[in-house]
Amino acid sequence: MSRFAERFAALRERGEGALIPFITAGDPDLATTEALIPTLEAAGADAIELGVPFSDPIAEGPTIQKSSERALASGTTLRQILQLVKQVRPKVDIPIVLMGYANPFFTMGEKAFAAAAAEVGVDGVIVPDLPPEEGADFYAALEAAGVDPVLLAAPTTTPERLALLAGRSRGFLYYVALTGVTGARAQVAVDLEAGVRRARDLAGVPVCVGFGISTPEQVADIRRFADGVVVGSALIDRLDAEADLAGRLGAASDFIASLKGPLRG
Amino acid sequence: MSWEADERGLFGEYGGRYVPETLIAALDELLEAYPRVTATEEFRSELDGLLGSYAGRPTPITFAARVTAELGGARIWLKREDLTHTGAHKINNVLGQALLARHMGKKRVIAETGAGQHGVAAATACALLDLECEVYMGAEDIERQALNVFKMELLGASVVPVESGSRTLKDAINEAMRDWVTNIQNTYYLIGSVMGPHPYPTMVRDFQRVIGIEARRQMLEEEGRLPDVLVACVGGGSNAMGIFHPFLDDSGVRMIGVEPAGEGLETGRHGAALGTGIPGIFHGKRTLVRSDDDGQIFPAHSISAGLDYPSVGPEHAFLRDLGRAEYHSATDEEALDAFQWLSRKEGIIPALESAHALAEVRKLAPTMSGDEIILVNLSGRGDKDAPQVREILRRRQAESH
Repeated sequence: MSRFAERFAALRERGEGALIPFITAGDPDLATTEALIPTLEAAGADAIELGVPFSDPIAEGPTIQKSSERALASGTTLRQILQLVKQVRPKVDIPIVLMGYANPFFTMGEKAFAAAAAEVGVDGVIVPDLPPEEGADFYAALEAAGVDPVLLAAPTTTPERLALLAGRSRGFLYYVALTGVTGARAQVAVDLEAGVRRARDLAGVPVCVGFGISTPEQVADIRRFADGVVVGSALIDRLDAEADLAGRLGAASDFIASLKGPLRG
Repeated sequence: MSWEADERGLFGEYGGRYVPETLIAALDELLEAYPRVTATEEFRSELDGLLGSYAGRPTPITFAARVTAELGGARIWLKREDLTHTGAHKINNVLGQALLARHMGKKRVIAETGAGQHGVAAATACALLDLECEVYMGAEDIERQALNVFKMELLGASVVPVESGSRTLKDAINEAMRDWVTNIQNTYYLIGSVMGPHPYPTMVRDFQRVIGIEARRQMLEEEGRLPDVLVACVGGGSNAMGIFHPFLDDSGVRMIGVEPAGEGLETGRHGAALGTGIPGIFHGKRTLVRSDDDGQIFPAHSISAGLDYPSVGPEHAFLRDLGRAEYHSATDEEALDAFQWLSRKEGIIPALESAHALAEVRKLAPTMSGDEIILVNLSGRGDKDAPQVREILRRRQAESH
């Protein structure tokens, strides 16, 4: 059983929703990321979405763009991130899913990356610019290596296509809450509920919602119809506001605890 | 053989649709609408009418007598895209796509621009067809091309400065794609070159084919035969695809695309994706791209903002692999020389982009015989570059004193 399957089974038993925080690996440096991952777990995270920085992140809003730029400025590479996962893997139980744009993975080589990811203990991979048609070989290679290819569905996705995505996604299906880029929003989309419910009917895996989510109130609302939430920019804004590592760990801990509350019970 | 992309938009191993899921529905909509709308008599006659009475087509071909005499080799003809309305080949594509947008019921158009030529052309077409227009432009390019920024605003478009990344064309495309993801319901993304996800590379090429269709007929009329060599500059590659494509089956016609070698290929400061790039995934397509070992995209460099792009249209990568087209490069310095050279020799101030193609002609023509023919795509006029070139020349003069 994969770490994702185990975790979601345990959550189901406890009647809890999943909280998946997103951070960019190497922002502002890899030592910070290494310290943050166990802290996020201790504060209530059920999985970690770890961003692989890219020079041209077309689906990201300003917060994650800047985060990605800081990570690249500190010299972070995909190989270093795999090494980081290897180091941190024995320290945490929760699944770790890498989120990155296609080019760094393909530059390393689809099979080489899949093998390395499996070896260091990466549980899943999300590639926002790689739909299943273009990613067929890569996603097959990941699955063969025991790494879950997590696909995204969007509010613009047609019902036929949603069935395709829901059928092919492993670990969970990532439902994009809005038509737009990542970044904290005051409100979530009005027609979100219907879309997520349709996806859950079709998917053999849990459906988690991300993009724009920033408050415990939004989390509580989405909890009614989704299996979990992904929170990225709102967390990164809080981390970026702190001057040092101790401040960042404290801010992360407080914020994650506040978001996990509405997902319990 | 077939030169066309397959149903997934693949030219051999290049092309495809590497985009966020949100955009798939919009690309499917475009994929359905493009062949349906453009096949109608109504669309064809509207577009032909605009190309003729508004854009000024057909553009002539001009025999460059003094240049031919100086180089002492092949006879040199220029395809005069510089004479179109707005001064570059970009108008051919924007009229086609803006008409398509209107037929699709889209009220808002977004575009990216490097030198500002595509932005001005897009703003022009949107003014004409009563569409709202927003143009994304790198902050560095805005400084280099202030006049084009003013023109776009004069034409009723708003210009959005892009401060992220290298602040040039590639970042403007990132930002335009983010806008499109956000405003997908009412917005048409008018891409300016043969790049982006399928069907854009095919569609933009089809709208630019008019260059090659006319040139082929004109060469037969003027010289009684086809040219031996076609030369065109390549940034994203739309003017080159436009002139190359109608000649693909003419196996005797050699095709040379000229990429920006910037400060020199050995310096790394250039934009020669076909010459030095590796296969990669960038801006919605698989193609050749300049990236590092970690897959991060290098910023491009060229004296010409219109060629300042670290990647290239997938069909060019395909033609290169097939050996059907060759790709050479010209440095900033060579382009600057050719810019002044054509101005003095023929009374035509070329765009700095087109000057890269002319730099290739200066090397190539003397190696050919007097009964051979080179046809160069003079893709745009150089008025927009005059302030920048004046500044460079002034600075040099000051330094030499």
